[in-house]
Amino acid sequence: MAVTRFPVEAGHVLMFARALGAADPAGGLPAVGDPAPPTFAIASSQFDPDYPLRPRPGEPWHGSGAEPGLVKDGAGGLHAEQHFVYERPIQVGDVLTSTSRPGQVWEKRGRSGRLRFREQITEFRDGAGELVLTARSVSVQREAV
Amino acid sequence: MTGLRVSGLTVGQTFETVVVEDLKRTQIVQYAGASGDYNPLHTDDTYATTIAGYPSVFAHGMLTMGLTGQAVAALVGTENLLRFGVRFTAQVWPGDTLTVRSSLARIEETAAGPVAELSVSTVNAGGTEVLSGYAHARLAR
Repeated sequence: MAVTRFPVEAGHVLMFARALGAADPAGGLPAVGDPAPPTFAIASSQFDPDYPLRPRPGEPWHGSGAEPGLVKDGAGGLHAEQHFVYERPIQVGDVLTSTSRPGQVWEKRGRSGRLRFREQITEFRDGAGELVLTARSVSVQREAV
Repeated sequence: MTGLRVSGLTVGQTFETVVVEDLKRTQIVQYAGASGDYNPLHTDDTYATTIAGYPSVFAHGMLTMGLTGQAVAALVGTENLLRFGVRFTAQVWPGDTLTVRSSLARIEETAAGPVAELSVSTVNAGGTEVLSGYAHARLAR
């Protein structure tokens, strides 16, 4: 996953904060320079052209319509952990880029099979190339034995 | 600028915030739209039950982390946050009420000033922990 342009727009930050139960700021919209919620980096998926969990015109979608949906292979598993290291908050008006790389992979034996953990590390940088934050996510996939 | 002061704090001190009461499916959909994660496991009851075999849709882990982050940010000030990390320990369902409990594990003196290390736990109304994590934040003197 790489996002070449993640514009941190006031309306997007407003909608994200509302979804987290926040009251609207005075004046209705956050101002340029206001910090976004601490987990806002995750919303960069809106600007990832290859993000798999967004329906696209003309492409099959696994959710329900006339039929209840389709089993999706390799859906990426469940989200097990998420970590952020901040150099500064993401702010309204930032235009960020991100680059991701795979981290460690490890296994655990669970009650119902093998659990495979996979780490992904994503760096977010601002227009000047300065690091803003580093995100590390861990997903887990169950494999029957 | 919001935040905590060293002088007002004691190690072991706890803070508690209810971040959602009776979580609605609509709030999960609202989060899907804002975050961009439209996984039908979270937004489509027919899919979640018939195809995936769950009792209903359930919240995105990142909705739980986001709600927890709102409580943490209100406590320490977003601009003071240095690290925030969590493990998702149980699923969050429509109807859940979530409480974030933070406790001050230690205060570290760093070259850049004092840093609070909070341990963070989010629990549902039945007392089950749904998220376990930490937050490190700069403190004012």
